[in-house]
Amino acid sequence: MTYTMWIILTGCLVGVTCGVTGSILVLRKMSMIADAISHTVLLGIVGAFFVTQSLNGVPMLIGAGIVGILTALFVEMLHSSGVQSDAAIGIVFTSLFALGVVLISFIGDQVHLDVQHALMGEIAFVPWDTLTINGVSYGPVAVWMLGAVLIINLLLIILFYKEIKMSTFDAQFATLIGVPVVLIHYLLMTMVSLSTVASFDSVGAILVVAMLIVPGATAYLLTDRFLVLLILSGVIGILSALMGYWFAVQLNVSIAGSMAVATGVLFLAAFLFSPKQGVITRKFRNSKEETIQQSA
Amino acid sequence: MYALSVKDISVTYDKQLALENVSFAVPEGSITGIIGPNGAGKSTLIKSILQLLPTLSGSVEIFNKPIRTQKKIIGYVPQRSEVDWDFPTNALDVVLMGRYNHIGLFKRANKKEVAWAKACLEKVGMQDYATRQISQLSGGQQQRVFLARAMAQDAKVYFMDEPFAGVDASTEKAIIQLMKEWKAEGKTVLVVHHDLQTVNDYFDHVLLLNKSPIAYGETQSVFTLDNLEQAYGGKIAFLQKAPSTVKEYT
Repeated sequence: MTYTMWIILTGCLVGVTCGVTGSILVLRKMSMIADAISHTVLLGIVGAFFVTQSLNGVPMLIGAGIVGILTALFVEMLHSSGVQSDAAIGIVFTSLFALGVVLISFIGDQVHLDVQHALMGEIAFVPWDTLTINGVSYGPVAVWMLGAVLIINLLLIILFYKEIKMSTFDAQFATLIGVPVVLIHYLLMTMVSLSTVASFDSVGAILVVAMLIVPGATAYLLTDRFLVLLILSGVIGILSALMGYWFAVQLNVSIAGSMAVATGVLFLAAFLFSPKQGVITRKFRNSKEETIQQSA
Repeated sequence: MYALSVKDISVTYDKQLALENVSFAVPEGSITGIIGPNGAGKSTLIKSILQLLPTLSGSVEIFNKPIRTQKKIIGYVPQRSEVDWDFPTNALDVVLMGRYNHIGLFKRANKKEVAWAKACLEKVGMQDYATRQISQLSGGQQQRVFLARAMAQDAKVYFMDEPFAGVDASTEKAIIQLMKEWKAEGKTVLVVHHDLQTVNDYFDHVLLLNKSPIAYGETQSVFTLDNLEQAYGGKIAFLQKAPSTVKEYT
């Protein structure tokens, strides 16, 4: 595969992994926790480095998973002890992320891991960091990590489809009839953490948030079916990556940045022209109905 | 045999006592109204009984067994305002939620379960709306979907939280009819209710609540002006209309 194809594939994998997982968060009105987790996983990555002394994929995933769950747990704890939930997210998010930043400065000269990289990522470097076993190169590490996380997430969604749907729509009823609501919550948090850390290297923490939230929010405007929403979110994630890459090449700008802009453009398009809820569609429909009424 | 017995439940909410030492026992096959002023803790009581809220103390038994072992025979109709009706799903899917215990983890609903759910929709007159997105239903229709879901649970003890709030007259009638059917089948129904004028018609037992129980028993003996005054305190002025139905007992 060419250098360009690897970059595009990585972008699409980020789009579909984050898009599908994030759409569930959007439905659960938990978009801000995606923001929090996408930053606090930095602590998990740094922590994994302290333990293993390398930036290896698997310990990084484990570290991020643990910190992601801790983030959700701390937010829950603060909230249940009387702190407003948005404030609770703000507190946990900033303090864990800041701790990660402080720890990075201890190891800054040992590896290529700095705050700039953590926030913005650099998808253009992805093809050079390849998975090499016995001298044979099997393609970029990022693609392997993203692919693995995508498969894990899809498997979990398929296995717990009914449970995720029920606990998202009506958590109390779900609890009562024996759906493992708390387990599902932390499972989702783990999925978000894994998606984030796998995407981290290519698009960075800030742009992960865009990929987690915006495709889901866009799909929400376009469908009223849960399954379709999940699929559509993935498709919109991929579309954003493709559009973003094309923009970036045309204008010679940051690839990850223009992918995030593309999610915004697609959202705006859905917001204006969605057949059901689009602002302009509705206006157009209303004026058509008026003419019909007038002529009647 | 008591379908439900509640012993000494106390609950705090935002560090204030929301319920204090609530005890009562509901006989099998009865329809009980839980009545009280705003903020009396009616919904809190139901949720604490169902273990959806943490309690400070107390215990709940369903047919003499701890409630956590009896969840399969409990049906629940939450307040309509407690869920997000913009959620992307349709009426039939919501009713199928009620069959969860029969479908089980990891499995999809089979034809039999879908047929069951459809029959429940039909019973509440909603068969034509099975594939309708739930946000496009009226308040009354949404409440009927919740009723159908509770029906699909095929439970023995039903808890309903303000089922009559904001519904049209025909839905109200449908709810009453369903409650009576359940009673005829020997099922037990508890209803949080706030319209005092209909208490005599709807319930054979009443729990009058204001943080702690004021009175509990058969409607005739509990639903008296004295008791109401005690439960509603200074707000009794608002009840000018209600006691006309009460008078015949006072």
